[in-house]
Amino acid sequence: MAENGIGARSLRKEDARFLRGSGNYVDDINRPGQAYATFVRSPHAHARIEKIDTSRAAEASGVVGVFTGDDLAADGVGGLICGWMVTDRNGENMKAPPHPALAQGKVNYVGDHVAIVIANTLAEARDAAELVEVDYGVLPANVDTDKADADGTPQIHDDIPGNMSYDWELGDAAAVDEAIESAAHVTTLEIVNNRLIPNAIEPRSAIGEYDPASDAFTLYTTSQNPHVARLVLSAFCAIAPEHKLRVVAPDVGGGFGSKIFIYAEETVCTWASKKVGCPVKWTADRSESFVSDAHGRDHVTKAELALDSDGKFTALRVSTKASMGAYLSTFASCVPTYLYGTLLAGQYTTPAIYCNVKALFTNTAPVDAYRGAGRPEATYLLERLVEVAARETGTDPAELRKKNFIPPDAFPYTTPVVLAYDSGSYEAVLDKACDIADYRGFAERREEANTRGKLRGIGFSSYIEACGIAPSAAVGSLGAGVGLWEGAQVRFNPTGSVTVFTGSHAHGQGHETTFAQVVADKLGVDFENVEVVHGDTDKGPFGMGTYGSRSIAVGGSAIISACDKLIEKGKKIAAHALEASESDIEYDGGTFSVAGTDRSMSMGEIAFAAYVPHNYPEGLEPGFEESAFYDPVNFTFPAGTQICEVEVDPDTGEVEIIKFSAVDDVGTVINPMIVEGQVHGGVTQGIGQALLENGVYDGDTGQLVSGSYNDYTMPRADDVPTYDVEMYETPCPHNPLGVKGCGEVGAIAAPPAVINAITDALSTEDIDMPATPERVWQALAQA
Amino acid sequence: MYDFTYHRASDVADAVSKVRDTGEGQFLAGGHTLIPTLKLRLAKPSDLVDLQGIANLQGISASDDGVTVKAMTTHATVAESKDVQDTIPALASLASGIGDPHVRARGTIGGSIANNDPAADYPAAVVGLGATVKTDQRDIAGDDFFTGMFETALSDGELITEVSFPKANKAAYYKFKNPASRFAIVGVFVAQTGGGVRVTVTGAAPCVFRVSEMEEALASSFSSDAIKDIKIPEDGLNSDIHAQADYRAHLVNVCARRAVDAC
Ligand SMILES: Cc1cc2nc3c(=O)[nH]c(=O)nc-3n(C[C@H](O)[C@H](O)[C@H](O)COP(=O)(O)OP(=O)(O)OC[C@H]3O[C@@H](n4cnc5c(N)ncnc54)[C@H](O)[C@@H]3O)c2cc1C
Repeated sequence: MAENGIGARSLRKEDARFLRGSGNYVDDINRPGQAYATFVRSPHAHARIEKIDTSRAAEASGVVGVFTGDDLAADGVGGLICGWMVTDRNGENMKAPPHPALAQGKVNYVGDHVAIVIANTLAEARDAAELVEVDYGVLPANVDTDKADADGTPQIHDDIPGNMSYDWELGDAAAVDEAIESAAHVTTLEIVNNRLIPNAIEPRSAIGEYDPASDAFTLYTTSQNPHVARLVLSAFCAIAPEHKLRVVAPDVGGGFGSKIFIYAEETVCTWASKKVGCPVKWTADRSESFVSDAHGRDHVTKAELALDSDGKFTALRVSTKASMGAYLSTFASCVPTYLYGTLLAGQYTTPAIYCNVKALFTNTAPVDAYRGAGRPEATYLLERLVEVAARETGTDPAELRKKNFIPPDAFPYTTPVVLAYDSGSYEAVLDKACDIADYRGFAERREEANTRGKLRGIGFSSYIEACGIAPSAAVGSLGAGVGLWEGAQVRFNPTGSVTVFTGSHAHGQGHETTFAQVVADKLGVDFENVEVVHGDTDKGPFGMGTYGSRSIAVGGSAIISACDKLIEKGKKIAAHALEASESDIEYDGGTFSVAGTDRSMSMGEIAFAAYVPHNYPEGLEPGFEESAFYDPVNFTFPAGTQICEVEVDPDTGEVEIIKFSAVDDVGTVINPMIVEGQVHGGVTQGIGQALLENGVYDGDTGQLVSGSYNDYTMPRADDVPTYDVEMYETPCPHNPLGVKGCGEVGAIAAPPAVINAITDALSTEDIDMPATPERVWQALAQA
Repeated sequence: MYDFTYHRASDVADAVSKVRDTGEGQFLAGGHTLIPTLKLRLAKPSDLVDLQGIANLQGISASDDGVTVKAMTTHATVAESKDVQDTIPALASLASGIGDPHVRARGTIGGSIANNDPAADYPAAVVGLGATVKTDQRDIAGDDFFTGMFETALSDGELITEVSFPKANKAAYYKFKNPASRFAIVGVFVAQTGGGVRVTVTGAAPCVFRVSEMEEALASSFSSDAIKDIKIPEDGLNSDIHAQADYRAHLVNVCARRAVDAC
């Protein structure tokens, strides 16, 4: 292994600036003459707008502009879109209500955008915003996902009866019904997957700037995918043609999905910058983030798992209601469908699976992809069912899983829910996790805990996820409005250093390090001499961005393709200079040599020759720079087993995580330190969902009750244990690096491991996330 | 926040007169309640009179009878004070459990009790130990100080200067924290003093209260067993997304027993 090549624990290049506070986030950017925007937001969950009077605000001190939905409409600015068309089980298209960037006639959740007020200072903008007079005709609110389609529930959008966007299904209903009928045992579970609020440490921010000289806009924004933002703002919102719009997403402080989407704020700030003739800056405060960032999860599900008398799973039937919030956010529709139903086979050979999902509108913030997106919901459901089935049938939960795992010789394996798994070593991974967790010693530890009046439990989660999103043709056939390839450009500078442009975007993942390791390894250049550039549509090729654990698997593969092209070109240059035939040139780790001789040239010499082509192959272009676009042939399938051990204080209901062990197969590991960090962060978010976090709207008023850190509990260092994380590498067979992706693993796997441990300790299945002390206490009281 | 005029007071008299003269003025102590309120535009004081520079409002003194904590003393200072740790360790331990290090470094005892948040910790100790709150005008018995949710016996513009806590034979505070804010969902202070036993509860209801049934039981037998069957009625207790009234009632018993065991 090279010092900083693939597999090295290279320290993160980006940390020098982050740790010294010299990162460059959107809010750090100030443009000459900029004004500040604030949004007038709906205080009501559901209301008609009878009248908006902006006249007093417009006259207030320092105000340069006040605009409403009518102003956007007059300029032909399009609404926000959902880019994935899901087809109903009746063959009809999903219903996507209009989603104007500023409300038109109606507001549908607390925080919905009513007007923008722009002033010379932020304080002036906020003062003036209080002078915007809005007459609301308040309507009853619908915030309960389970009741959103019930008779009598307030309907949010005129043309969408029953608040239903789509009623979708996947799988063979008849086969499943039959298998359940004839099953030896059926395990049934009703569960809630709690609503989560993303809480990236950096709130969303945008600066729109219009330059009359070039008639072009620049948008600085907190985005995970600046190229996609430009595409949408251009093609759908009609802000400017793509060649007249530059989107810059500089350092971004966490996204977790919430910064994939194209929101009202950046759309309106960009448009408004031309209207008011100066750059317009907006940064969310934390209260705004709570109400206006797209939320995650929010499912209510009933599921049945059928087993035969040998304990083999014979069928799974799932019926889910998924809240979409008030509108369809950018990728909302694919989350509870193609990122959820397709994962319900898990690691198991269950032959028949049927899944029905009703996507419902509620008067809440839009729900979209949040770390894991659909796959945590599938995993939570399945892994709880399996654990309950083990208990009900008196089987060891590890043994029941092993009995049903897809065996290593069965790959590629096509599940009854579409996906073709490429590789996996499920049993070996589970065994390793059991060793690390000392599963065999658990009974003794439980007894010891009993002597201290504590209840101990242990829980498993054997998860799978589909990452490396995604083959364009496949997602296109399922309704995606885009291709999901990635672009890269690898440029040798004449003096031998390398600049890599990627369409992926890093917002905490460490791409500047990992991608440099890959390139250093492949091209034989020093890690220090590789610079990774991302986050600016004016630099490098178009790219699809970062989500779905796709950056190394798709973006990294694009970089490898570009490197391969450079090596091919380098062989031609070397053949000419070394007076050999091209077919005799061998390449290895940065050196081109003539086979069987000691004649060779270094990569640096080749690059120099390409830029100073004095002695150069005839007809070959000078320069040493290549672009590539990579479209994966399949998803990747990271999988693993995580085991959680808890202790419950029966007096108070408090849960302490004593030990958390994880064995994850994310394919080839580029940088173990970074992968472990991703797993630690993901597991912490998973523990947050399982024990602490809950997005709660008041059932009557539709107000967000958990709208601050006084009420929304983020996991903190003292809430989590020191994790035992190990890797098990089964390389992905279909991409050049053998990588699978690691960004979402923990958030997907951890919740059922935690809850299974708690239900084991309590001897009751009757508990939902987050398992707060109060809920645990109640469950104990009722058990 | 809305505009206000900032003043830095030089001494107690200056602070009091500045607030009185301005009409809508307010004292600013650690700012850990006041500043967030201003940022959310929930208050609109015309003037803020900063007490930070008043030397006479800082510090702790101890005697054989107890400790006196000046109003602007931070929670961290109380928690780390050798005098408090030696004289009334329960008070030091209570202060060490307030919020997080940032909050303890800024928040003050005067600001805490003037604010009388239903979930604040200090009120349990002020009533539990039978402390005396001294203001620029008078002495107020701890028992009379907290009058309701966010309400105190202070009149407009009255400034707390110090709080005197008598020493107890035994005392302990046990808090069940709100997992998000780390304020008290329920906090129980138990003290055995020359004057008898006191059991005070914060967090559970709109205002700190005493549990006389537990006090009597502990007076005859100071052990957690003596109170284990005493149930607190749910009526009037707080309910929110973290804890309904029945759970709070249950926690009062748990916290009281744990406080007694820690005495
Ligand atoms: C995140 C967070 C967590 C917290 N957790 C806890 C907790 O666990 N337990 C707990 O008890 N508290 C907690 N607090 C509250 C904190 O500890 C302070 O006690 C509280 O904010 C008030 O004190 P302060 O000095 O900041 O007062 P300020 O915010 O400056 O003032 C509060 C009010 O008191 C008035 N005031 C201040 N000083 C005086 C005085 N000397 N005389 C008369 N009036 C005065 C002010 O005018 C104002 O109205 C928390 C606060 C935060 C922000």
